[in-house]
Amino acid sequence: MSYTLGQKQLDRIEDILKQDLIENGVRCVFLIDMAGNIIANLDNGEKQHDIYSLAALAAGNFGAVSAMAKIIGENEFSLLFHKGKKENIHFNKITTEFLLITIFGNDISLGFLRLKVADSVEQLKTILEPLLSL
Amino acid sequence: MAFVNLKNKEIQVKIVYYGPGRGGKTTNLEYIYQKFRNRINTEMVTVKTHGDRTLFFDFLPFDIGVINGYDVKIQLYTVPGQVKYNATRRLVLRGVDGIVFVADSMAVRREKNILSLKNLQENLSNYKKSIFRIPCVIQYNKVDLLEQGIPLLPTDILEKDLNSQLKRPSFQASALKGTNVVTTLKKIISMTVASIKRDLK
Repeated sequence: MSYTLGQKQLDRIEDILKQDLIENGVRCVFLIDMAGNIIANLDNGEKQHDIYSLAALAAGNFGAVSAMAKIIGENEFSLLFHKGKKENIHFNKITTEFLLITIFGNDISLGFLRLKVADSVEQLKTILEPLLSL
Repeated sequence: MAFVNLKNKEIQVKIVYYGPGRGGKTTNLEYIYQKFRNRINTEMVTVKTHGDRTLFFDFLPFDIGVINGYDVKIQLYTVPGQVKYNATRRLVLRGVDGIVFVADSMAVRREKNILSLKNLQENLSNYKKSIFRIPCVIQYNKVDLLEQGIPLLPTDILEKDLNSQLKRPSFQASALKGTNVVTTLKKIISMTVASIKRDLK
């Protein structure tokens, strides 16, 4: 099973990520699928990360945590947050197949970020959900 | 589950090296990494235990250039081969487009190969995929051990054990020395890309 996203859809996705997240101070954001493929990635131009490796590890990490959730009787943990000294990572699941990952510094509060991520997720769902029926 | 990005004209393809523990999956990737070092612009990612065994997976992104106007990015993964790590093995298989089954040619590993192939079949069916339909290449690894007098299984026995029903392309190889590592890789890439092309039509 393969899937395709066209120019219009990808432009729309990037607009959402830019307006909601990058313009609000997030350093880097990427949208991936659970296989570890990168659908979109944006950053504020400060730092370049090895996004292909990050995406593979993020998908694996999220998969591992979901498997742990099932063992303790939870259906899933829909979001994950890793705190560092200067950089933090936040993961949010979108439908069953996609994952939104944001990297941000200490100048943004987690609460504010979660609010903005939740907004983006709602908008992204409208684009991504139709793909699941393919 | 390959992803086709029409905006950047890019296709991302996931190929997984599967097989019994200590069979040479990671060694395959390490050889590829060394050989094509100048074309791979990131580090090989590996999540391993203290004993140097693969715990989660190894990951190597590999750019093969432009095919039909699309930039094809191959993502190579290995699974942990040890029986106890089945949960993580299954995770790595998520969204797989092509498989290299690395079998161990050593006579003492005969049963482990068969069990691992069965395990692959079970784990694929978990994602509603069939081992009979997914692009797959079989590699009989460690042929170099013959020189050291270690008993190896003859190819016809390996074929009978692992490939009599599947009937997939198979290669004798030595991941350590690099024999047929690239041949295996080329074969699985061409089979997987052809299958994605068919899929998208």
